[in-house]
Amino acid sequence: MVPTWHYLALAAALFTVGVIGVLTRRNIIIIFMSLELILNAVNINLIAFARHWGSVDGHIFAIFIITVAAAEAAVGLGILIAFFRNRDTVNADEIDLLKW
Amino acid sequence: MTFYEVTFYVLAVVALLSAILVITCRNPVHSAIFLVLTLLSVALIFLQLQAEFMAAVQIIVYIGGIMVLFLFVIMLVNLDVAVRQAPYNRQRWIAGFAALVLLAEFTLFIYQGRDWAKLPPAAAEAVQPNTELIGRALFQNYILPFEVASLLLLVAMVGAVLMAKQR
Repeated sequence: MVPTWHYLALAAALFTVGVIGVLTRRNIIIIFMSLELILNAVNINLIAFARHWGSVDGHIFAIFIITVAAAEAAVGLGILIAFFRNRDTVNADEIDLLKW
Repeated sequence: MTFYEVTFYVLAVVALLSAILVITCRNPVHSAIFLVLTLLSVALIFLQLQAEFMAAVQIIVYIGGIMVLFLFVIMLVNLDVAVRQAPYNRQRWIAGFAALVLLAEFTLFIYQGRDWAKLPPAAAEAVQPNTELIGRALFQNYILPFEVASLLLLVAMVGAVLMAKQR
């Protein structure tokens, strides 16, 4: 039997990889993919605890997280297409209109 | 080691390695393919945790929906210039250091809680029959969040169409 904390360790590692991707990459598409990694790490935690406590509530939360991830991906990629049409780039550090 | 344990560790290694490849590949198409591999491993881990409904939802929504959307956008956006530019931004060392501090905190807390989190998982029958229990919970206890989620999806759909529309 795999102890629950191994699932938590896997989720923490995936979360950290996602955070590194969000913070260091310049391409917005890859930043969005890293966000999906982060949300997936949270889902692993929720499902592992649902299994741990024998409750189905964690699955419900994971379903809502997937819903929000789908909405976020659709709106984010829509914004990305609009941005690319105006500025001809997909680099996050060139979106600096509000930068001081 | 039982088959159950071997599957988990193999899937965990595959998920982690392809996640690292997602954030290190220069070409976004390759990143997307490795992200599909990660999501598939996570779906199989869900299956191994006896969450078969969540595994199916993960494959249908993530791999079938979101990743196809990603690949469409990658093909709509001209990436030849971006592939040749520097893939990492100027703050990468500070950001990497901050992420390692985060990982150290996670490691500390999981290490402290390892005895607590080692109690044997509940009996296998507790979350079975999975789909039926999720359906009951979703349409009885969680009916209001469910409706709010449907509204959220509607707003996201309208927003995405409005953003991507040609003017």
